Amino acid sequence: MRLFTPLRPDPHAPLAAANPVMKLAAAAVLMAVLFVSVDAVTAIVVLAGVLAAVWLSGLSPRTLLRRTWPILLTALSVGILNTLFAAPRPGPQLAIGPLSVSVDAALSGVGLGLRLAAIAFSGVLAMATTDPTRLADSLIAQLRISPRFAVGALAAARLVPVMAVEWQVLSLARRARGVAGDNPVSSLRIFFGKLLALLIGAVRRATRLAAAMEARGFGSRPCRTSARQERVTRGDWLLLTGALLLGLAAVAISVAAGTWRFLFG
Amino acid sequence: MPSRPGASSRRCDLSHAPPEAAPVAIEARAWSWRHAGRRDWALRDLDLRIEAGERVLLVGPSGSGKSTLLNALAGLLDPHAGEQQGSLTLNGRAPRDARDVSGLVFQDPESQLVMARAGDDVAFGLENRCLPPDAIWARVHAALVAVGFPYAIDHPTEALSGGEQQRLAIAGVIALRPGLLLLDEPTANLDPDGAALVRGVVAGVVEQLGLTLVMVEHRVAEAIELVDRVVALSPDGVLLADGPPAYVFMRHGDVLADAGVWVPDRRLPAPPLRHRPPAETMILADQVEFRYPGSLLPAIGKTDVQVKSAEALAVVGPNGSGKTTLAFLIAGLVRPSNGSVVAGEALARGRGHEPIVDWSPRELAAHIGTVFQDPEHQFLTGRVRHELMLGPLAAGIGKAAAGKRAEELLTRLHLAHLADANPFTLSGGEKRRLSVATALATAPSVLILDEPTFGQDRRTAMELLRLLAALRDEGRAVLFVTHDREFATALADRTLRLPPRQVATA
Amino acid sequence: MTSIAARPTGWRVVDIVVASVLGVAFGVVFQVWNGAWELARPIFIGFPPIQGLMYGIWLVPAVLVPLIVRRPGAALLAETVAAAVSALLGAQWGLQTLVYGLLQGAAAELAFAFTLYRSWNLLTAILAAAFAGAAAVLLDLVFYYPDWDASYQLTYAAVVVTSTALLAGIGSWLLVRALARAGVLNAFPAGSEQPEV
Repeated sequence: MRLFTPLRPDPHAPLAAANPVMKLAAAAVLMAVLFVSVDAVTAIVVLAGVLAAVWLSGLSPRTLLRRTWPILLTALSVGILNTLFAAPRPGPQLAIGPLSVSVDAALSGVGLGLRLAAIAFSGVLAMATTDPTRLADSLIAQLRISPRFAVGALAAARLVPVMAVEWQVLSLARRARGVAGDNPVSSLRIFFGKLLALLIGAVRRATRLAAAMEARGFGSRPCRTSARQERVTRGDWLLLTGALLLGLAAVAISVAAGTWRFLFG
Repeated sequence: MPSRPGASSRRCDLSHAPPEAAPVAIEARAWSWRHAGRRDWALRDLDLRIEAGERVLLVGPSGSGKSTLLNALAGLLDPHAGEQQGSLTLNGRAPRDARDVSGLVFQDPESQLVMARAGDDVAFGLENRCLPPDAIWARVHAALVAVGFPYAIDHPTEALSGGEQQRLAIAGVIALRPGLLLLDEPTANLDPDGAALVRGVVAGVVEQLGLTLVMVEHRVAEAIELVDRVVALSPDGVLLADGPPAYVFMRHGDVLADAGVWVPDRRLPAPPLRHRPPAETMILADQVEFRYPGSLLPAIGKTDVQVKSAEALAVVGPNGSGKTTLAFLIAGLVRPSNGSVVAGEALARGRGHEPIVDWSPRELAAHIGTVFQDPEHQFLTGRVRHELMLGPLAAGIGKAAAGKRAEELLTRLHLAHLADANPFTLSGGEKRRLSVATALATAPSVLILDEPTFGQDRRTAMELLRLLAALRDEGRAVLFVTHDREFATALADRTLRLPPRQVATA
Repeated sequence: MTSIAARPTGWRVVDIVVASVLGVAFGVVFQVWNGAWELARPIFIGFPPIQGLMYGIWLVPAVLVPLIVRRPGAALLAETVAAAVSALLGAQWGLQTLVYGLLQGAAAELAFAFTLYRSWNLLTAILAAAFAGAAAVLLDLVFYYPDWDASYQLTYAAVVVTSTALLAGIGSWLLVRALARAGVLNAFPAGSEQPEV
């Protein structure tokens, strides 16, 4: 039973073929820029750049939209919430039903919504085009993370579909036992029962997996080689530079337009 | 010892790549092992000599220490986690120092494969050995050829059947060129086709590479062809018999069979013939079909099933034919994509128009009891007694009556001595009996079981056979999904054979 | 050829794999809980800070796994893996989820470090959950609600930190006890605090 499937982009597309750590660094750069700039203009410029990069990602725009529409929903609600509960500000007021908010706050709310969407989309593109095995290889090769931890975590990642199926079977088993969540309290109790059962299964599987890995020599030598090479190419540096330029350009445009707002202040 | 930041594979001493290991000779002299904190010895006074290139089958009931012995041979027992007496050597060396010469294949393919792609998984062990990348891939290809792996090197491991996954696991182990191949119940989690596949691979590999082989297999009859010698352990971990298969099973067959070993040529005794009440239709599945969302092909194609009282119906078929899905559809747990599953008059008066999947869980449990393949999926509480009382209490029966029913079930299923234990700490056979007991607690008229003998020894299988036959003779309907041909033959009155899964033609 | 074993006080392979697999299990559970969060959002529209009560589960890996594995870095590893799985599966939040995971894990790690990695009891669990909750709150206020009135921000912080400290702290501790009773923690110190069979 397949409920949770990761997106699978074409591995030859430029973004998918890029070095995972460099890709995450590029997304992190954009996130950092958006972190400190809370105005709409910066957000729009970055968002435009990121959406243009969808073309490079090997993901079909329709699939992406189908998976990421919650972002739009959340961006919208964030915009609304910030507007409604903003600190009272002077200036022209807008009447929304029984409430009255300042136009300033409303615009600011829109900006925050767009900022969130931009942050989310840049992160999505980075993660959705990343293969877990390559990510682990890259973390070891580029960031010198201990292979025991990276590969150990990667091995665990293989159990994701197994856990997803197990969660569903646990739900069916509760129905078969005659147990139903009629009210929030019983629903919660059932949820935690399923959680406990899932964790018990998880620890059992993990113990077996660890034994199997040790049986094949994992962790018995102070170092290990890698069958796959993760290199940083010129294209990766271009990507990172591109992200940096996009971020700076966004800020520059916003400053030039006089709309730039710093997070703190 | 995590690698120091900066210690990269470049500085790894690549001369660690060992030459091909010679077949290993094993010698045990009065060897005993006790796990830390346990009172009883897992294995006691083992005197054993296995020559290089010999092929040995290790048999014994659950708890006889077979896995412990294999782990010891693989050098995986932590000296700090137990107590050892006597000596155990591989080619004269302690197993812990000779880990590179042995390879151990485990029972569960899901928690044995490490990487997402086939080639990467075989390469895993070679990476741990610090081989340079070119040498790694050369050995990966050689190993995949040696086991006859039919797919590409980047085939996702997730998409492999159980048998193919075990084939890949064996490739991963022999890529390390061991002199001793250890197999711990490699086919226990597989269907008959997968099991045959794995046995074929083992035979081929041992033939080609001349390895010493020590195998634990619960389906002894089929494994006999692969070995020349059988070593049998008693329930308390003492050597019972050692010799050619015919000799061992002729002399000790009864003792072993009673202890739960699947001794060859000892069929499960047929249940006694009893008078049964007339059969009536309990559940009617009409042209049911199930298709996963977004999937082109159905998991189970249009099927008609009639589940009758006082009858045991076996649902059989190859891997992927949708047996479990069908069982869940009939049990009212999953909504069919097409068709309907309704209750017969005998099951629920006047509700024949309403699909079972729309019943509330409480109503469902009162009429249909479902037993899952993994008993642990059904456990909801921390105590065996509470498990048995949960269903009746949820159905509205008072505490006193529920307690009484729990007592009856505890006695009937020989679980009385475990009444206050945590269900998750029970042995495999005990968990299976408990899962059946919980399904019976609400006194349903229909019992549906998914692979009831999966991973069970002969003793539990016999108990289940007796119990299910008795339930059937009392008038209940029993439907069971199974790979176990012997069990199906002994119990089933009718068999529904599902066709193999349709494969998409590209 | 001798193989060098890990230092007795260092991470064993089983510690790494169990910590990671528990993180993976939670990553999957988060998908389910995220769905519930989105559904419940309209209920809290009147006073959103109260939705902070649903927060607890996201911080459980950072508290539960160290209580089992009892090694430095367990909180960081488990919470990061859970976030990574959530990011890869859900594909909705991507890198942002990972940042949350890293910082929440690091914050919980601080609490355990504060006790010099020697105390693994209920109080430490609550403390770690509180720290992780505080990290999450800070991130939320910066990413989502920077414009909120200071009083709302403070209420949100108070609700989230208190509720996660109690729910994730006590909840994780109870889960560890339940796991130990189920007999699966035999390879860990948390499991041997049980009467032996």
